This record gives sequence, structure tokens and C-alpha cells, in this order.
Amino acid sequence: MNHRVIARLDIKGPNLVKGIHLEGLRVMGKPEEFASYYNEAGADELLYMDVVASLYDRNSLKDIITRTAKEIFIPLTVGGGLRSIEDITEVLRYGADKVSLNTAAIKNPEIIRQASEAFGSSTIVIAIEAIKQNDGKYLCYTDNGREYTGIDAFEWAEKAQDLGAGELIVTSVDKEGTGEGFDIELTRKISDAVRIPVIAHGGPGKLEHFEEIIREGNADAVTVASMIHYDYVSKNKSQGEFKGEGNVTFINSGKEFGKINKAEIMDIKKYLSEKGIDCRYINE
Amino acid sequence: MIYIINYGVGNLNSISNIIKKVGGESEIISDVSLLKQAKKIILPGVGAFDHAMKKLAEHGWTEELTDTVVNRKIPTLGICLGMQMLCKKSEEGVLPGLGWIDAEVKKFNFPEGTNLKVPHMGWNQVHVKKENPLIKNPEEEHRFYFVHSYHVVCKNEADILGTTNYGIEFTSSVSHDNIYGAQFHPEKSHRFGMELLKNFIDIPC
Repeated sequence: MNHRVIARLDIKGPNLVKGIHLEGLRVMGKPEEFASYYNEAGADELLYMDVVASLYDRNSLKDIITRTAKEIFIPLTVGGGLRSIEDITEVLRYGADKVSLNTAAIKNPEIIRQASEAFGSSTIVIAIEAIKQNDGKYLCYTDNGREYTGIDAFEWAEKAQDLGAGELIVTSVDKEGTGEGFDIELTRKISDAVRIPVIAHGGPGKLEHFEEIIREGNADAVTVASMIHYDYVSKNKSQGEFKGEGNVTFINSGKEFGKINKAEIMDIKKYLSEKGIDCRYINE
Repeated sequence: MIYIINYGVGNLNSISNIIKKVGGESEIISDVSLLKQAKKIILPGVGAFDHAMKKLAEHGWTEELTDTVVNRKIPTLGICLGMQMLCKKSEEGVLPGLGWIDAEVKKFNFPEGTNLKVPHMGWNQVHVKKENPLIKNPEEEHRFYFVHSYHVVCKNEADILGTTNYGIEFTSSVSHDNIYGAQFHPEKSHRFGMELLKNFIDIPC
């Protein structure tokens, strides 16, 4: 089976941001610009995550989705702060192909059933943000890993599937933004427990990590953010135009992260192809 | 001008966006009477089979479409569920399909122990089975974006345009006279999708 490489873009207000452990957000640039670039550069899908959705108004997200949908011709998933069937309807109308739910589904699991009946299972992605506990258990969190729920991640994965989820995106909050690699144990246990596709999120810093999470973690798809964002920023510096939506010191400093190697999406796919993993890589 | 049939199912803008991108013209139509002047038609579809067939009937499309496509032979492309709707029936529902293609729709059913996930989701290859105007250069790799749990099984091998491997070799594209079907989403398949839609635009009407 082919494996997807999904470009993940975390959005705060009008800006693309990137943090560590889903926090300490740094401004990277305009999401539409990155999206258009990744669309041409071979991304299999795009994922927009509005990371502070509950705190800000939604107009900038609407504008971003509408503009993006006209320019990209690969699937677009949008998540972050979607609370109701009405919210989902709206985001799909702006041009998203799928939606991702976390907090709303934890608070009211029935929304998964309602949404998958209304829009089709394959439109509904459930985001699981897990943190490993001292006793080895993985528990679900909401609001970017800030809110404790006490819900077991593996039980929740099966329940979400049974309620009609079409896909799961599994985030290791512990690994997110670190460059240490994906959480293999978390991803494998969830992937083996369900019959729907599992997308691994959080942690890649070098090409080997993608092979590892597909072979050992049984991931059906992977997301990548820091590696490709840093690559894009280093090639297209556009400092000085960012306003007060997060920490802009990083992008203006030209600094890099030690543990995270820069990569183009096609670098990742070329690497996977060479390792015998089927993906959409065309040698041109 | 391509008419995209709006019967209240799914997001149709992504289809009109990509047609515009490749230099074509399209209009999303909700008025059945416009079919009289149709030159080319796209039948989209997402969600459940019966729901879509019901919506199509409720909006009064079914008979007029059949006349336009089958009798007047207007070139027509069914996408995803839209391709399944071209068939006679589906395991997903009880309502009959449009029946323009002699085929049935079956659920992916993998033996216990295979770790293939359903829905089949992602970019997969289409192997061209016959000369056709939509996918040229059969020797090259053609990858399209798929999202589906059911697949088409043709009665006549001659109707199979392309096949794809996912546990089994299933029919991922059909054609019969002026009628075409794509199980994948050309509008989400970047340059392969653009090529296919450009080729559909170029079919003489």
C-alpha cells in the first residue's frame, strides 16, 4: 500500500506557526504560501490545524481556507476548534475536504457518528493527542496537550472508529517538535487496534524517522512540519512582515534547530522509495 | 462548457477550480432544464450510495440525465461515488443505480489477517487496460488520490478502462461509449488529475 506524506501547517491567526510539544509557537510565515509550495513540491495532502482556534475569531481561518482551496489540488484537512456540525459544514463549504476533531469528540463522542453520517466517514478525522504517563499508559489530552482527560488513548481510538471515524491522526505530544523521532509504540498499538488508516504526527527530525514509523509503527501516513518549514524558510526568507501573532524573533534571526534536519518533501519520498516503501515519488 | 451536476451532495467547487486551472470552463448546475443544452457532464458524488441516488431523484435529475447521457450520448464523467452510481446496483444500498454501465458495486472484503485498511485512502496507481481519451501514455506511472470502501465490478471486460491494486486488482476506471467513470478523485490528484480533466475537456462533443 502506498504511504502518504502529509504537510502539516499549524495556524495562529493569519500566520503559520511551529512550536515544541505543541507550545512556544514561533511564526514561520503565511500559510497559503507554504501550502502552494508544498502542493507543487509533492505533498500528498495538507493539514491545517488552527492551534488557538478557541481563543481567536475565525475569520482569518476562513480566508486562509478559501484562498488555499483555489490554489491547491490535493486533499485539504482542517482542524482546530470545530465544535459542532454547523462548524464542520462551514469549513467544508470554504473548501476543506476533511475535518479533524479532538476536543469536540472527547466532550461529545456522538458528534463522530452524526458527522460521519452527514458527511461520510472518510471526511471525519479524529485527532488523538496522547501523553505517555509514568506508569506507561497513554492518555488523551485536548487543547494542544494542555487539558487532561484521563481517557486511555487505545480505548478511545477503537471507540472513535466504531462511532464512524474514517481516519485517526495520532500525535505524541512528548515528541512533537523535538526532532527525536515519532513515538513508535503509541502509533503501532493504535494502528494494530483499528481497521482505519492511522496518520503519525510529532517528532521527525531526520529521514530515517519516516521509514521507522512506517515499518515499525505501522503508520499508514505521516505528517511533517518542522523539517519542511525550516527548509522552505531557509530558501525563501521573508522577514519583517510579521505582526503580533506570536513569537517572530525566530524567523527574523535565521536560527536553526540542532536536532531537526531540513528536508524537501521529495527528499522524504525519495528516501522512502529507495527503502522499498511505496509512495508517490516520481523520479523526474 | 462542462456542467457539474449539483444534487445537494458534496463540495463541487474543487472540481470547478481545477477545470479553471487547466483552462476549461464549467458551471455548477442545479436546474435540470439546462441539460437540454449540455455539451459535457460531470457527475460527482460523496457519501452513501442510497442517499445520493435518492437526492438525484428528489431533485428530478434521474430521467433527464439518462436521456441526455444514454440517448443523446453527451460525454459524461462520474467521479468516485459518481462512478459507482453509473452501475446497476451496490452492496452499500438497496436502491438501483443508474444502470448505464453493466456492473455492480461491492465492498472491499479482505481475509482476516491481512492488514489492509478500509477505506482505501491515498495515492495509488492506475494501470490502463485499453486505449482511451482520458489517460494517455499507458506505459507511464499514473497515480491518483483514492478514498473509498466500495469498488466497481464490471460484467463486460471491455468496459474496464483501468485497474488498481489494493489487496485485489479492482476496476478503478470505466468507459463505455460516451460514459466515463473514475473511482479516484482527479480534482485532488494534482498533475495527474489535471491531465485527465484536460483530456476530458478535449474530447470532441
